[in-house]
Amino acid sequence: MKEKSGIIITGGIIGLFAVLLVYFGNPANMGFCVACFIRDTAGALGLHRAEVVQYIRPEIIGLVLGSFILSSMNKEFSSRGGSSPVTRFVLSIVVMIGALVFLGCPLRMILRIAGGDFNAVVGLAGFISGICVGIFFLNKGFNLKRSYKLTNLEGYLFPAINVGLLALLIIAPAFLFFSKSGPGAASAPIWISLAAGLIVGALAQKSRLCTAGATRDLILFRDNYLMLGFLSILAAALVGNLVLGKFNPGFAEQPIAHTDGLWNFLGMALAGWGSVLLGGCPFRQMILAGEGNTDSAVCAIGLLVGAAISHNFGLASSAKGVTPNGQIAVGICFLILLAISWANSEFLSKNAQS
Amino acid sequence: MKTIDTCGMSCPQPVLMTKKALNEEKDGIDVIVDNNTAKGNVLRFMKSAGYSVEIEEKDGTFVLKAKK
Repeated sequence: MKEKSGIIITGGIIGLFAVLLVYFGNPANMGFCVACFIRDTAGALGLHRAEVVQYIRPEIIGLVLGSFILSSMNKEFSSRGGSSPVTRFVLSIVVMIGALVFLGCPLRMILRIAGGDFNAVVGLAGFISGICVGIFFLNKGFNLKRSYKLTNLEGYLFPAINVGLLALLIIAPAFLFFSKSGPGAASAPIWISLAAGLIVGALAQKSRLCTAGATRDLILFRDNYLMLGFLSILAAALVGNLVLGKFNPGFAEQPIAHTDGLWNFLGMALAGWGSVLLGGCPFRQMILAGEGNTDSAVCAIGLLVGAAISHNFGLASSAKGVTPNGQIAVGICFLILLAISWANSEFLSKNAQS
Repeated sequence: MKTIDTCGMSCPQPVLMTKKALNEEKDGIDVIVDNNTAKGNVLRFMKSAGYSVEIEEKDGTFVLKAKK
């Protein structure tokens, strides 16, 4: 019971902080969004030049460092990696492309639903469908092989990079890009965002909260532990939005969202399938990267590159809708996921084993 | 007692491997895990499947012994 109350509290605080971050200046229904925030960071570094989405988001830095600090204190920090890093890199690019066609990572999907955005309910249907496809391959033996223990320095580097990003944000040298309008210009004060990230990062390290694992474990093992976290994010953000009068139910004119149901569904299906293959959603990958998991650090870099590709190639959606390039990319990404799923399952090795 | 080694495997492999092994060895198995997340997940799965579980720690890994 103690274990379950931990994840319920973690989910509740994420939901509550998400609403408060919007209150303090973050874009609507975007208190936390790992995809959007890594995309904004990619923009600030000049990896893409979409002028409205450029800002080094302290929430991401906080998540990584919160997880790093707590895992170091409770001796759970463990530097490890080497489990198919290039495959994970490619999978992460796919997850980011899917998320930016939908306009949000799975965590923002929950927050969008809590704000009354019904398009995100369509996204959730896609997300669950994608997870089910991933589970099919897990049951066929899909795995990315084992990881290995590495030197401590290897695990420290990703948290150190995040300290560097924080320094860049505070110093704000002229070679960085910061949006003057649009979502990239909407942000809570740095210290509030950083504190929220640190607290949530530590709590998520302790409770293992994962938005993709929630549905996966429920279907695969009838284990509702992670689902309790998922649902308490939704409940807390919903209550918070109702209290602050930010709950606006409907499909049309939702903040930083489009109404194209098919592509909301398919974008999130990619994110769900890819997240199951990666072993966790983008949010969970940030926490694992803070714990010294360098496969998850590779995932973070894949998400960053995926964001740059999405905006440089015109794949990302906007409030105006989906782009033709984005639709083609989603099709290609499904083929990539299918190939990776198939090649790492027992379809190929079965004959060899028997 | 059959022993399975889940060291280095990422989520949800340790639990999947445990589930598969328990389907074949219904009396019980030993599962080696190398991190607290996998320990918690495998422990929860074994208990919900109706096994009593003993945990031994050695050299940074844990052995979860499931018995009927």
